Amino acid sequence: MALVARLVSLAVLLALWQGVSVYADVRTLPAPSAVFAFILREAQSGNLLFNVGVTLARVGVSFVIAMSLGVLLGIALGRSKLADRLLDTPLLVVLNTPALVVTVLAYVWLGLTETAAIVAVAINKLPNVAVIMREGARGLDPGLEEMARTYRFDRRTWIAHVLLPQLQPFMVAAARSGISLAWKIVLVVELLGRPNGVGFAINYYFTLFDVTAVIGYSVVFMSVMLAIDALILQPLDAHVRRWR
Amino acid sequence: MSAAGAEFEPAAGAELNAAAAPLLTVRIDRKVYRRARTEPVEAVRDLAFSLRPAEITCLIGPSGAGKTTTLRILLGLDPDFEGAVTPDPNAVGIAMVFQDPRLLPWRTIEQNVRLGLPRERRGRDLDGVFETLGLTPWRGRFPGALSLGMQRRVALARALALEPRVLVLDEPFVSLDDNAAAGLRALVVETVAQRRTSILMVTHNVGEALEIADRLLLVSARPAHLLAAVPLDRPRGQRDRSFLEATRADLAGRFPGVIAQ
Repeated sequence: MALVARLVSLAVLLALWQGVSVYADVRTLPAPSAVFAFILREAQSGNLLFNVGVTLARVGVSFVIAMSLGVLLGIALGRSKLADRLLDTPLLVVLNTPALVVTVLAYVWLGLTETAAIVAVAINKLPNVAVIMREGARGLDPGLEEMARTYRFDRRTWIAHVLLPQLQPFMVAAARSGISLAWKIVLVVELLGRPNGVGFAINYYFTLFDVTAVIGYSVVFMSVMLAIDALILQPLDAHVRRWR
Repeated sequence: MSAAGAEFEPAAGAELNAAAAPLLTVRIDRKVYRRARTEPVEAVRDLAFSLRPAEITCLIGPSGAGKTTTLRILLGLDPDFEGAVTPDPNAVGIAMVFQDPRLLPWRTIEQNVRLGLPRERRGRDLDGVFETLGLTPWRGRFPGALSLGMQRRVALARALALEPRVLVLDEPFVSLDDNAAAGLRALVVETVAQRRTSILMVTHNVGEALEIADRLLLVSARPAHLLAAVPLDRPRGQRDRSFLEATRADLAGRFPGVIAQ
């Protein structure tokens, strides 16, 4: 039923697009069929797979870095008042720095390199993860803490059975919001300083004013990210909530 | 009032217990909570008692009197007090049943009970414990699927699986229906008889305490101090209604602040 509803809304969206494109200039809003023809051509040439693959790899690496550092930082902030007082202001500063500024500075300081690109994406995402995890670490159940101390849970038991299960919903929330943030930023980073990837391709076709190609790349990449959310992150979410 | 008069003469059983070395001796001279920007609150002053094997001790006092504070100190959770708990509570083998079940909702009933055990004993056979508590069909379920009464049983199973020498119960039968409460009470009494466990139970329910306790510890309002230690020497099976009523009336007369008529 939920799947049917999704498919219906998608079909309505496509029909709307097709309808509007009839009246619009072909150069500014191509028809869905033209976009899909481009996607097919680009896939056959191998460019599509290469660019999407490169971008996905960048999203993946920076996502893993930002998640692991952000989770550790967030737990530290939530558990220690001192760490929270010391790091709250820098965190707010980074949280409110535009992605563009972080990216430009990363390229200036680290050169137009792969490292700079990944660092830029990771730094953009990290404060979000940390803030979500801080909420999780602040809300730990004091009753369970007391129980764990009374029953003398060792450190490993406490982490695996008391701490992590309470943080898991926050981790999944951070991952889901983080992955969409990461892929939006990674395109800007590629546009500014990388010779490949979806962001580079979109910029290239933008200079040719090839709207069909721009929309084609966006559609493919969006579909990939939606698939990751639906096939990996949502089942993960359901798994950590199974006991409720 | 004959029953009430007799209760201060030590019976044979009580003497035997008195001869046995105490498992745990608690002496709290003073416990003060100090928080920034608030007046310090004195929670406990001069509260001392011992726990002996095969004895049920009930701690009774007005709410907010510092009973939970006393339990936290006894469990070794709060080292910030004047006094001493001997021997070190970590070495005695104390298990605790909290007022709310405090189970890990994301672990099954079986895992909850096993996780309460030290790592090297987690694999032990627990069939007996689950069977006694009527939890066998629920072993693979999550706590959320159980009623409060059943969750309390799981909490009790977790404590009993440790085979503790001292079992501490903080109002364990509150908000259970009479049948469920009576069933759990019987289990606790049986444990004392079989394993010679020492039980310390905090309760508001004077009737319940009079039914099962060997000794009542009456505690004053904050700061908590010991008003009286009242031994109940009539065997548990022979405490009929007239004994319970007479004892209660006597205690209510002498400690009107603690025990209502």
